[in-house]
Formats: sequence, C-alpha cells, structure tokens
Amino acid sequence: MVKVVEAPAGIEGQGFFATSFDTVIGMARANSLWPLPFATSCCGIEFMATMGANYDLARFGSERMSFSPRQSDLLIVAGTISKKLGPVLKQVYDQMAEPKWVLSVGACASSGGIFDTYSVLQGIDHVIPVDVYVPGCPPRPEQIIEGILKIQELARNESLRRRDSPEYRKMLESYNIQ
Amino acid sequence: MSDLDLQNKKVAAFASTETIDGEIATLNLGPTHPATHGIFQNVLKVDGERILSAEQTVGYIHRAFEKLAERRPYNQITPITDRLNYCSSPINNMGWHMTVEKLIGAEMPKRVDYMRVIVMELARIADHLVCNSVIGVDTGALTGFTYMFQEREKIYDIYEEICGARLTTNVGRIGGFDRDFNKEFITKLRAFIKEFPKKFDEFGSMLERNRIFMDRTIGAGPISAERALSYSFAGPNLRAAGVDYDVRVMKPYSSYQDFDFEIPVGNDGDTYDRFIVRQREIKESLKIIEQALENMPQGAYHADIPSFYLPPKEEVYSSMEALIYHFKIIMGETPIPQGEVYHSVEGGNGELGYYLVSDGGRTPYRLHFRRPCFIYYQAYPEMITGSMLSDAILTMSSMNVIAGELDA
Amino acid sequence: MSDFASNINESILQNFPNVTHVLDNYGDHNYFIDKVDIHGVVEFLKNEGFIYLTDLTGSHYPDKENTEFQVVYHIHNLVQNVRFRLKVDLSQNDTHIPTVTDLFAGANWMERETFDFFGIIFDGHPNLTRILNVEDMDYHPMKKEYALEDETRTDKDDTFFGR
Repeated sequence: MVKVVEAPAGIEGQGFFATSFDTVIGMARANSLWPLPFATSCCGIEFMATMGANYDLARFGSERMSFSPRQSDLLIVAGTISKKLGPVLKQVYDQMAEPKWVLSVGACASSGGIFDTYSVLQGIDHVIPVDVYVPGCPPRPEQIIEGILKIQELARNESLRRRDSPEYRKMLESYNIQ
Repeated sequence: MSDLDLQNKKVAAFASTETIDGEIATLNLGPTHPATHGIFQNVLKVDGERILSAEQTVGYIHRAFEKLAERRPYNQITPITDRLNYCSSPINNMGWHMTVEKLIGAEMPKRVDYMRVIVMELARIADHLVCNSVIGVDTGALTGFTYMFQEREKIYDIYEEICGARLTTNVGRIGGFDRDFNKEFITKLRAFIKEFPKKFDEFGSMLERNRIFMDRTIGAGPISAERALSYSFAGPNLRAAGVDYDVRVMKPYSSYQDFDFEIPVGNDGDTYDRFIVRQREIKESLKIIEQALENMPQGAYHADIPSFYLPPKEEVYSSMEALIYHFKIIMGETPIPQGEVYHSVEGGNGELGYYLVSDGGRTPYRLHFRRPCFIYYQAYPEMITGSMLSDAILTMSSMNVIAGELDA
Repeated sequence: MSDFASNINESILQNFPNVTHVLDNYGDHNYFIDKVDIHGVVEFLKNEGFIYLTDLTGSHYPDKENTEFQVVYHIHNLVQNVRFRLKVDLSQNDTHIPTVTDLFAGANWMERETFDFFGIIFDGHPNLTRILNVEDMDYHPMKKEYALEDETRTDKDDTFFGR
C-alpha cells in the first residue's frame, strides 16, 4: 500500500497552487534541515551509522552535513559534553543563524547520562536551549531518526513570527544568549 | 644528534630562510572540527601551509572514569570500560573481566577463551574498518566509508545475538559469558566470514595501490621506531614503525597461543604503513575467527566460580545457596581478595592495560586504565612538524585517536 | 623467575642498596624505591634493555602514615619479555619526585595526568600543567577526600534515591 503525502490546504487551479506562506515555508524548512553533527563520543559513532547506507538520514533532507555553523539549521549534539567543552558548544550555537533547532542525542547530552561526575555537564540544556531529546546509551539509529522526524514536525508547524516573540527572547536571555 | 634535535634544526632553518612573506600564522584546529575525528584541540603555528609547531589541548570529554570506578562494584564497571575505545568495546570488556579473574585467580574453560577470542577479533575488525575508511574519507574517497559501514552493521548484527547491544556492548561476565552462542549467531558469523573478504578486497583494491592515495599518504607523518618506543607507542602505530610488539603474542591471554596468525609490520611509520598494517590485521583477525570457529571446544560457557558468576535463574528460585549468591553478587558483596594486579590486552589501538588495586572491599581501591591513545597522541606534534597542513589532518586520522580513550 | 630477570634483580639490588624487591603471588616483580634513586634505577634499566615505559600513574593511600602517595611505574623489556613494577612512596608533606621525561618521551603526559589527579610534582618536567581537567580547577580530584559528584549542583533531589 503506497501512502501518498497529502497536499496542504489551498486553492488549486490549472498550473498553480495557492496556499499560505506558513505552510510552504514550513514544508521547505522541514524537508531540508542541514545538520551540524557535534559528535563527541560513542553517540557520534551511532550517528555516523545513521548517516550510513543502512539507516540513511539523507532521505529526510539531511543530505549535506555542514560543519560550519553559519550554514546549518540543526545542531545535533551527540555525546558527552564536559564542562571544558560547554563554552565551545555555546559559541557554536551562537554562530548559527535563525531559525535553528537543537537535537540532543543520547543520555549524556540530555542529562549527563551515567557520568554524574565533577567534570561532566549534566545536560546541555544548562547552556543552550534544546528542542528534542533522544534518550538512549547510545540510542539506536531508529530512535535518532525519530528525533529528526520530531524536529521536522516542529519546523513544519512553527509560525514565522515565533523567533521575534517576547517569550522566545526571554528564553534566550535566560541562557545569556544575545 | 637525536632525531628530535635534527628535526628542530630543520624546522628552524626552514622558518628563517624559506618563508615567503615571513609571516607565521596561528591556526586553531579544533576542538570541533570536521576533520579531527574526536574532540581535541591543536593550536598550530603555520607558515603558509607548512606547520612549524603544534600545541595540544585534550580533556574535552574527560568523564572521570577512574574516580567513577572507585564508586562501583566490580560487575558495574564493565559498562564504563565500554566507553573507553567505543569502536571496539568488547575488547575493553574482556580485558576488564580478565583483570578481575587474574586478581581472584580463576581459570577459564577453553570454550570461554575461544568465545572471547571470536568476539574480540570481531571488535578489532570493526575498529580497523572505521579507521581505514576514515583515512579514505580524509583523502577524498568517501565511498569506501559508506561500504565499510555496511560491514560494520553486519558485525553489529552479530553482537546483538550475543549481548543485545550494538555499540557499547557490555558483553560477558566475570567468569565467562551469560549465554552460549546460539544457532543464529553461528549462522550470521559464517555468513560474515563468507561474504566479508570479497567486499573488503573491493575496498582494498580501491585504495591500496591507488597512485593518488599512495602519493598522499606515503611520507605523511612519519615516526622512527626509536622515537615510537620512547613515546611508548603501541598497536598498529608501533607496528607500522617497525617494532613487532603485540600483547597477544608476548603475553598470550585467553588461549591466543593456540591460534596461528601473523603480525604485519611496516617500515617507515608513515600514514601509508599504518593503513596497510590495519588492512592486513583485518585479514589476520578473520583468519583467527575462522580457526576459533572450526576448533571450538565443547564445554561450559562460564567458569565454576559461584561467588562471582550469577547462578541460573531456575536455581535462584529453588535453591537457597543460589539465592544467597545471587543476592551477594548483585549487591556487590563478592569476596575479592586484597592485592594489586596489572593485566593488558591488545586493544584496537595497542596495549590496553588495567592496573587494579583492591583492598578487599566491594569496589576497587584504585583502578587505572593504561590507555594507548592518550600515550601515543603526545607524539603528534613531532610527527607533523615540517609537513603540510593536509598531511597533518591525514596523520591525525591514521593514528586512530578515539576521544573516549584519550580522555577517559 | 627467568635467568635474565634474576640477573637484573641481583644487579639492581647490588647497585641500589635501598631498593627492596617483592615477588607477589601473581608472579609480578615489585620494587620499592626511594625517590632519590628512582631516576638512577630507571636509567639503569633502560640501559639493560627496558626501553618501553608501559605506564606511569599514582595512588593515594590516606591511611598510611608518611607514605600517603605512591607513584607506580610499569616498565617492560620487549626482547626478554620481562615486566617490572617500580613503586615510589611519597609523604603528603613532600610530593616532589624527579621526572623521567629525559629518558622516556612518553612519560610527559603520563606525569601530567598524575599531577592533575593527585598533585604530585615532577621536578624537571618541561610543562607540568593540568591536562584533562579544566585549567582553573583548584583541587586534585582523585584524592580520596574529594567526592565524585560535582558538589556545587543545586538541581539534584536525592529524596527518593537510596545511595
């Protein structure tokens, strides 16, 4: 059984299709997320396996892994972040242009994982705002793909004015991000 | 004069006479950089493309394993050993179990040894596949990476039959294994042994005698055998420099003396030699797995040490002693003797050592990991001084520095 | 003990009278050496073919009076396949010990790691700074009096967690 994707709500005619900006831009953003793999440790290898041919991530639009923050939409933090690396992560996040999403892959990035020690940052949400958390140690590639799909859902349904709203700005200030 | 002095003199001479516009730039390579596979920082002083000096910073994923190990009972340390060299985690697990078995003085049945050998050699193949395909990626051959990761998926399938996990396996117990190899495992392993050589030879034929690859990698990041020994190199990096030191042969553990395999040794210690040494080692590991599978002895898949090895669940529910042993082992109240022991195994990167000091308590008093990556990475500035920036990147990936093992 | 090992053993005990040798029940050779002799012993062993420094680490024994810290060297002769373990006891009032980086280049980072974790100072080391922890950390975390967790955390609630 082939499941065909439904077209968004709009007015159709001979050679044209009219719909709202939100929908079109949401669709475009969601299906072309360029990730920045911030892969630190073991979750990084599982992420590389997700990018590989068996659990292909490219079919969801993430064909080009950009390593430059200026050219990416999605910051995928996979692996343990230590206190030494926290400022670096914050700097990378700052360098990304809006709109940007953050996917925290693995137990260590989400909450410190099994390393409740003096040197590990207990979750990246201490330094940057996170959109989706993927638990697991390391999570299976299917779980990472589900995380990406959730980000796609967020990107598809986000209103265009969200990044200018006062709530968003307040949240950024709570992280000391200008 | 020594190698190091000679090299320093060469660089100083170059810097003073051959600089084009006389400006030395500082280039920050890392800590987050696509080409450095792992999180470590190198501040390079370059003149144009040529590197004059490098200053390293490591510790960006320091997770305090040694302090963590002082808090956990002996069974619970296996998951953290997984995360040392996570590309070949079964080897770390087995090494830890063997260290504890050496401390308590337990002998393993032959079948356990052979099962361990099969799992460890699979892990070694997986580790070398990552390293070699990444060397390919750094020279521009991205396809090899995709194909070899498919082979790694097959190895993951085999791991799943024995322990349920793909990457951080936590396989085995102190005393052997928790379950025997089932039929599925043997079928998958035989299929792997049959199909892997063809795919691997395809990868090899793409790179090994490729003019472009050879020009890129020969002479990149060389190190002589004397300097390598002084820096306490181990594993494929040391063997590429010309020293045939392999812990499996020097101090055989887990019945490695029963197997017939060769140790590939290189000449110059440059990137090409490291690549070829790893290619040959994958072939040798496959040979060992075939031999182990052919000659697998019958017997128990665990040693008879009831105070350390969990009894089967049926007995726990029916017999009093088994219940008490089960309770004590899970709570960590195992009769570990006092003493100190050092045991090492041949990991994917060389001699992975465990120095364990026990005071008879339920957790180790002091556990130190002798991590090969940490020790040989300090030679990196010496290896790249005087070479081009792209050679430096290639040297880094050919050394197979795994960040988990570097920082622990 | 193999012949080679027993010959070396005799030479060490002759040339360095303050060294004691213990063969433990795992078959390992342990040498207890004073810190003034350690550089000489390592140099002597290096000339006898022990050209591979496998490991260098430290331990903290707060209960042992006057010998709270111990620096442990594992050194290996690859040709004769002999391993020795050298141990140096240090008091917490005087944690200085000579470095062996002039003999083994690999000891550089191993000594930095031991300094980082225990605060043992290696005299003559070219760059004795912290290597794995953050630079501005002011304590040496592997010592037994410090806890594993980060003490400054405020967001943990251990009410229902039995530790």
